[in-house]
Amino acid sequence: MTTADLTCGARQAHKVPMQGHWMKRMRVLVLMAGLPMLAGCVTVNAPSEPIVIELNVNITQEVIYRLAEDAGNTIDENASIF
Amino acid sequence: MHGVRMEQTMKSKTLTLLALGAALIAGSIAAPAMAQRDPAYAAARANGSVGERTNGYLGIVGPATPELQRLVDDINNQRREVYAQRAQAEGATLEQYALTAGCLAIARTTPGEKYQAPDGSWQTRTAAAPLRDPRCP
Repeated sequence: MTTADLTCGARQAHKVPMQGHWMKRMRVLVLMAGLPMLAGCVTVNAPSEPIVIELNVNITQEVIYRLAEDAGNTIDENASIF
Repeated sequence: MHGVRMEQTMKSKTLTLLALGAALIAGSIAAPAMAQRDPAYAAARANGSVGERTNGYLGIVGPATPELQRLVDDINNQRREVYAQRAQAEGATLEQYALTAGCLAIARTTPGEKYQAPDGSWQTRTAAAPLRDPRCP
């Protein structure tokens, strides 16, 4: 054995396990980053139809009472379409 | 003496004419506003094929025919136009105004006519008060 053989061999023996270690760490990191993103996507889909009902409920009694007199006159004045 | 009397008669005649003219103008303005329902619309209300919806528009109660659809669409378009004008004048939205008018239109249905209850079902008006949204005046 030469000195070169010894040093090169030694270097390789060191390098391989180090690379593997880092790759594993990266994989774990990517997985950990991906999991919360997946969870977030699922919750975004939740509200779809109930919004329509909300809009109607948002008309308050106060507004209806304010408009009632005018609406009554409007119906009287347009009797042919009511 | 004679001249004065003539003048007075002329004056009273002019006043009568003016009053007549005013009455005629008032009559012609009031006439279209008080116009009655179209006979086809009146019949559709009476036989329950159309009813008052909670949203202030007319709805078809049973199976829709092209004729009924045309009648309902025509009236609803006219209603929407009136609602939009009045809503703007009152600083309200079209939906707010239409819903208010719907409350009143349902209250004014006569026994035998159809109206929509808050749960969306069609009801026949009886002598009792109609089922309405709790926000209705």
